[in-house]
Amino acid sequence: MAFKHVLKLLAVAAVTVACAGAASGDDKVVKIGAIFPMTGGAASAGVHAKFALEVALDIINNAHPELGDFPLAKNAGLAGLGGAKVEVSFADNQGSPATGQNQALRLITEEKVVALTGAYQSGITLTTSAIAEKYGIPFLNGESVAANLTERGFKWFFRVTPVATDFAKIYSEFLADMKASGARTDSIALVHDNTEYGTSVAGTITQAFKDKGLNVALDVSYAVNATDVQSQVLQLKEKKPDVVLMISYTSDAILYAKTMQALDYKPPMLLADDAGYSDPSFIKAVGKSSQGAFNRSSWSVGPPGSTTAIIADLYKKKSGDEMDDTAARQMQGFFVLCEAIDRAGSTDPAKIQAALQKTDLKPNQLMMGYKGVKFDDKGQNVLASGVIIQLQDGENYVAVWPKANAEKAPVMPYKGW
Amino acid sequence: MSFVLVQVIVGGLLLGAVYALFSSGLTLVWGMMNIVNFAHGDFVMLGMYVAFMVFTLFGAGPLVGAPLATIVLATLGVVVYFGLIRSIMKGPMLAQILGTFGLALLLRYSVFWWFGANFLSLPQNIVGGTYAVFGLRIEASRLLAGVVALLVTLGLHLLLTRTSLGSKMLAVAEDATAAQLMGIRPDTMQAIAWAIAAGATGLAGALIATFFYIVPTVGETLGIVAFVTVSLGGFGSVPGALVAGLLIGVIESLSAYLIGAVYKDIVVYALFLSFLWFRPQGLMGKS
Repeated sequence: MAFKHVLKLLAVAAVTVACAGAASGDDKVVKIGAIFPMTGGAASAGVHAKFALEVALDIINNAHPELGDFPLAKNAGLAGLGGAKVEVSFADNQGSPATGQNQALRLITEEKVVALTGAYQSGITLTTSAIAEKYGIPFLNGESVAANLTERGFKWFFRVTPVATDFAKIYSEFLADMKASGARTDSIALVHDNTEYGTSVAGTITQAFKDKGLNVALDVSYAVNATDVQSQVLQLKEKKPDVVLMISYTSDAILYAKTMQALDYKPPMLLADDAGYSDPSFIKAVGKSSQGAFNRSSWSVGPPGSTTAIIADLYKKKSGDEMDDTAARQMQGFFVLCEAIDRAGSTDPAKIQAALQKTDLKPNQLMMGYKGVKFDDKGQNVLASGVIIQLQDGENYVAVWPKANAEKAPVMPYKGW
Repeated sequence: MSFVLVQVIVGGLLLGAVYALFSSGLTLVWGMMNIVNFAHGDFVMLGMYVAFMVFTLFGAGPLVGAPLATIVLATLGVVVYFGLIRSIMKGPMLAQILGTFGLALLLRYSVFWWFGANFLSLPQNIVGGTYAVFGLRIEASRLLAGVVALLVTLGLHLLLTRTSLGSKMLAVAEDATAAQLMGIRPDTMQAIAWAIAAGATGLAGALIATFFYIVPTVGETLGIVAFVTVSLGGFGSVPGALVAGLLIGVIESLSAYLIGAVYKDIVVYALFLSFLWFRPQGLMGKS
């Protein structure tokens, strides 16, 4: 009797599985793996990245005629694959390069993803993309800026964001302009953590500044996720640099802002390299203590009704937060990847790779302020660019440089609180 | 001695007092029951969130937040003792490690789920700005935490050495069976020890929240320092944790200022290990 029951159940299960299999065969799905820090010290960035990708999925998988000619928006699904839906498998890198690597391996071999994106921290993008390279799976990075990521001779790695060398150029031109308008920029202090991001960006900037004749007078390197930064702030207070350039993730950026206020230290100019200073939770926590901080960005909300404003609105509805530069760059990266898959008309990794190599997007097809998207042999977007923004009121960044893109004029000196 | 150096040392002492404050609860549980509470850092984190909730709901500062965090965490301590610790104490050492580690993850990701991953912060001047004494800048919030650290240490020390409750707790720590034969209930004593330890930890969290950011993973950042402080001070020695905390704070600050922030952990841990080489029981631990 019992045995019969089991048999019946098994039969039902078999039929169900067969039906499910048949059903999914009709609806083609393109599966992409996304690796972000969903837990650990950088979880705030990872959670926002997930929101950004989910908004992108909504735009791709559903019809959004209000977005006009924005790629993949008009119709539901990928037209090049007969309206196939895009699906993302999210994985948590836990802020660890080794975990990121394991997750990449799992997504490729078990989840059978056709491409990967991620992984926020440069040090983790480094290890995860090595797995993708080994398995011949395209890896699209939208946000990691360590220069060496595209210097490894990889064939499957593509990066959309401007990188450290681009910012170094932007910063030195910006400082030259500020000097011409009367600001002192004679001595510069770099404050950075000891991660792949912190050290490589600091190294690139130091070299670029040296070439331009700018003087990096002080290099303050500290261990990431610091419990205390009083000594570092006192060092700055004693050396009195004209410009302090902060290269920090959110946790440390907040601690620096709090400690600077406690020790009453205001540099004449504070210039931040994105990362922590773009995190909405940084602005909520200590924005009012960091008024006048300069930062870099490639994102701007734009006038109401514009493509960017609509996307920003969708993002705000999903996440409850304002779109920030990091989330926007991740979203843009994901769109570039899906556009290539759509153009390839195939989920074959080699065909996606070929399509990515031929990517040629114009500024009006992008949500970011890049001059376009076009990859060189190394997989780096050669048309990536950015602007300088300033946290003038402690609540919202406004574009202040270059003049052509500026919403407001830069305000000096750094106001703090 | 340069003026900045004095400021660095003062900063180090204030930092060290905070280290001592959030280590006292750990050393108590460690000394009393030989249990390493891996969830300790997350108890601190919960204390911080209690302070944050008190601020967002009632607009009140640490005057309300700190006592409330103490009560909430003390209650949690008793619940954790009866719900988890009492049973895993009967198991092997590995069960204790994994049990408290599991508790740490449970607490961390519950808070993560409820509050999200965003960094939170109390207003900068919630305790009352910064004092300038002879040009030295002393943050009121850190000073408060430092003073409370001294009081908590003194209170716990007096409790353990001068009261009958303390003697009973120490008796249970020494030999639970013998204590039971003398009419002391080991369960009650250990539950009280957990309440005190967790309460002190919650208090520490509420005070640290006045000058540190609040995030579900903050226990990871602060937890390691607590373990180092306790082992340097001597397992179970409350005054030892105070001295060790102050030492670590000053060494960290000085080495960060003189050698470079990126090397400060190397200096601290090298000194820590070489000290344990000569005195494995720590500064004030019993050999």
